[in-house]
Amino acid sequence: MANSAIIFPELVNGITLGAIYALISLGYTMVYGVLLMINFAHSEIVMAGAFFGLFLLSFFLKFTFFQNNLLLLLTSVFLLSMCVSGILGAAIERLAYRPLRKTNRLMPLISAIGVSLFLQNLFMLTLSPEAKPYPSVFPAVNFQLGAVTINSIQIFIIIISILFMVALEYFVNRTKLGVAIKAASSDIETAKLMGINTNSIISLVFFIGAALGGVAGILVGMYYGSIKYNMGFTYGIKAFTAAVLGGIGNIPGAMLGGFMLGILESLGAAYISSAYKDVFAFIILILVLIFKPTGLLGERAQDKC
Amino acid sequence: MLKKAKLLEIFFIVIIALAAYLLHLKQEFYLVHILSLAGIYVLLALGLNMVIGYTGLLDLGFIAFYAIGAYSAALLSSKGFSFWAILPTSILITCAFRFLLGKPLMRLRGDYLAIVTLGFGEITRLILNNWDALTNGPKGLPRVGETIRPITLFSFHLNSEISYFYLILFFVAASIFAIRRIERSKIGRAFVAIREDEIAAEAMGINTSYIKLLSFTISAVFAAIAGVIYAHWIGFVSPESFSFWESVFLVCMVALGGMGNILGIIFGVTLLVGLPEFLRITLGGEFVLYRMLLFGLLMVIMTILRPQGIIPEKRMALELKD
Repeated sequence: MANSAIIFPELVNGITLGAIYALISLGYTMVYGVLLMINFAHSEIVMAGAFFGLFLLSFFLKFTFFQNNLLLLLTSVFLLSMCVSGILGAAIERLAYRPLRKTNRLMPLISAIGVSLFLQNLFMLTLSPEAKPYPSVFPAVNFQLGAVTINSIQIFIIIISILFMVALEYFVNRTKLGVAIKAASSDIETAKLMGINTNSIISLVFFIGAALGGVAGILVGMYYGSIKYNMGFTYGIKAFTAAVLGGIGNIPGAMLGGFMLGILESLGAAYISSAYKDVFAFIILILVLIFKPTGLLGERAQDKC
Repeated sequence: MLKKAKLLEIFFIVIIALAAYLLHLKQEFYLVHILSLAGIYVLLALGLNMVIGYTGLLDLGFIAFYAIGAYSAALLSSKGFSFWAILPTSILITCAFRFLLGKPLMRLRGDYLAIVTLGFGEITRLILNNWDALTNGPKGLPRVGETIRPITLFSFHLNSEISYFYLILFFVAASIFAIRRIERSKIGRAFVAIREDEIAAEAMGINTSYIKLLSFTISAVFAAIAGVIYAHWIGFVSPESFSFWESVFLVCMVALGGMGNILGIIFGVTLLVGLPEFLRITLGGEFVLYRMLLFGLLMVIMTILRPQGIIPEKRMALELKD
């Protein structure tokens, strides 16, 4: 059924999806790097971010001023919803994870599952159990680059994701706060001894991760044109896979893992079987963990836990 | 001391059996159904506890083996096999899958193992959902025209809710008995030793990867029993009963009740199966919709208030006495 004519559309689709996965996986990988915990509620933040984006978009679109000024509209929607999702992420950490920091490693996971359940039901009950349409902000124009067709939304998603990833790389490596995050991530106890306020660093990590997750949520809404209260789970699992694939705790690794996973998944769906699309992600995950448990770029020893 | 505990357990089981009969007489069939469901979860949680509670391996895909047990039972039953032939066969099949998956995984630790098991759980569900030729896809088993044969015991047909409840209760009691034996055996102590300190256990001469694989494989026996009974009881299996959330709830039951403690686990199951039902009854009307919301909130509050579990394990004290 598949032939080489579909490789380019699938590749473009894969890169777009990969960009979204990469953005989400940053939240997982940063939190894991610092606290060695799987922030299970991160997928719900992606969903919440998508809904925040939806509100803001529909609100701003009522004003002709914003209708005529696309750049300003998008900037304000993205920045505002990033703030809200970021605060949500940091609040979850403060309320549901911080009291459990000294307990065994299973308890934060369970608390996170509780948060996840709470948020899903909150959005389902207060908004709608049905899928909600996402307003299309700008027209989908197809561009032809040689044999490759790419539309404006795909270009937008890829550019936005790369922009945020570059910004994050710059922030983590070049600023004082970013270096503090790196220090906390490599050894939180020593970082504390060096005078770093690790509690605020942890809050900051959750804020950044959740803000990026929120952006990813909006991008998902724009790409597929609709969002739903239970959309987070699939993206969460895929993004987590991406984080593990690249080497968990490693920021460039998460980006690489995201793009690889997106591309492999779309090509697998096109050439092998679309019904088993999600299976590829998990098979890749299992193979990587068995043969290279540290991930592609990970340096963290697997026994550090 | 131990004898007293055992008597208490038997007393407890008898009380539950009588209570169920009372509900049956009062025609509260739905409540008997919930009790049976709780029994199935106890079986699953007991199996999962062997991996998480005793050996300290976090397994997020346990439900996959419950699914394999249930599907193999549904397939065999529609081919005409009886429950008593299916039970050992399904246990064998399920354990074989568990063993083959576990073999390459035993050198992974902590979260990595959790993620791989999670992945395997999802793969299983997706295969059940898509392999139409074998599993009939999302429509589930049995296919139109086929049925899962009822369980017969000495020419007595199990067809009411209460008879299934007693069957489940019997298996729960037998499992608790078996687990108590394992717990106090050399192997059971090896499980706990690995949980406490894997390197020290290895230094004491425990073949850790073998023991871990053993714990991993034995746990599947309970999943298989639960799956086979479930398939016969409900008479229908479909992929949506085996979602990732089910695995997650199982982990919560084990951890909230008190890891490694059988009583704690039973309590955890009662809490997690019972609470949504309780909220459904007490809230009533429109508020029924909010029960999962409250449930999520309560999960967070419970972990914060009692991070060691509601009835934590007293193994350490016991160990010193041995």
